[in-house]
Amino acid sequence: MSIAILHDRREYQAADALAEGDNLWLGLDDLRAASGWELKPEGACMGERCVPIPPGREAEFLRDGGRRFNLAALARLLGNPIAHDDRHGVWAFGAAPAERNQSLRTLEAPDFTLPDLDGRMHSLADYKGMKRLLMAWASW
Amino acid sequence: MWQGLYQELKDRNFIVIAIALDSCGADAVRQWIRATEPTPPPMLELMGWGERERAAAGAPTYPCLIDEKHVVAELYNIVNVPMAVWIDERGRIVRPTESAGASDAFRKLNRADFSLPPDASAQAKAARTSYFDAIRDWVIKGERSAYALGADAARDRVAGITGQDARAITLFRLGQYLFAHGHRADALEYLAEARRLRPESWAIARQSWEIEEAGKAAGPDFWAAVQALGDRPYYPPAKL
Repeated sequence: MSIAILHDRREYQAADALAEGDNLWLGLDDLRAASGWELKPEGACMGERCVPIPPGREAEFLRDGGRRFNLAALARLLGNPIAHDDRHGVWAFGAAPAERNQSLRTLEAPDFTLPDLDGRMHSLADYKGMKRLLMAWASW
Repeated sequence: MWQGLYQELKDRNFIVIAIALDSCGADAVRQWIRATEPTPPPMLELMGWGERERAAAGAPTYPCLIDEKHVVAELYNIVNVPMAVWIDERGRIVRPTESAGASDAFRKLNRADFSLPPDASAQAKAARTSYFDAIRDWVIKGERSAYALGADAARDRVAGITGQDARAITLFRLGQYLFAHGHRADALEYLAEARRLRPESWAIARQSWEIEEAGKAAGPDFWAAVQALGDRPYYPPAKL
């Protein structure tokens, strides 16, 4: 079945996902495209970081001869919150609080890219070298 | 009104980047960015805009970005508006997220005739003026400004999130996605749950009310929630 996966800032439609209760099984290509995680001999890896599959718990993470990976099990292991709506097939994975707090405390301003009224995209980094007042407001 | 400040300081290597946290997108914010009518004076008074700011008002020439998914709110832990972050030339945060010149004066508003008692009006103006003066000081003096915090002081002011906050943020994102894809009724359930888990986030509460019904973000539910704060602030004052 087709599942929309919201992971960090990514939004990905996985055409061949299996959502079963609190588990979300993805083919390895979908896993990478949806989340950035890749399955390697060391475990689940993203860039330099690898998370070993806990010994004895392989069945929670892998099935179909290692061709499908349970992204929800990895999220639980890492403390990432999960919310899913089964009626519309949408799964949202959030940042783990410890990780978010650590990145806030680095005091490095995280970059983002957003449109203006005319649809032109701007990134925080476009204004590097200037003092920037980032000011949030709303119409509501 | 920020345009006046920007105009004054823009030749000093300074920029304002406005982020509209608005799930309803460009259509919801256009009339605020490109105003066709002047803001009514009582509203200006409520927001603490003094003569100086009013005289220098104009359409913004700094970037006004639209953040339908509240991405920036998540990245910078923004829980209300207006809130701002100061970022220096190297991309370091020198003042973490805090109220940007707003005050709790609005709580003394007489909602029947939209009048503000004189002390509240003065409070609103003082909060606005002191915040703007702090920005001027920083832009002119740079890291020598007392308002540009050193790393330890800045880090001490970073508000972290709890596990429950993180769950609320994730539910909010799910609700937003469903709303954006036309599943409004289902979206509302997740948004209500997000609001329940993180009542401190007025951005979550008011945005989700507004999705429920236009105008609800400033309606009776909002005022009841403000009332329920009791002695606690709606806008914790920026510690300048």
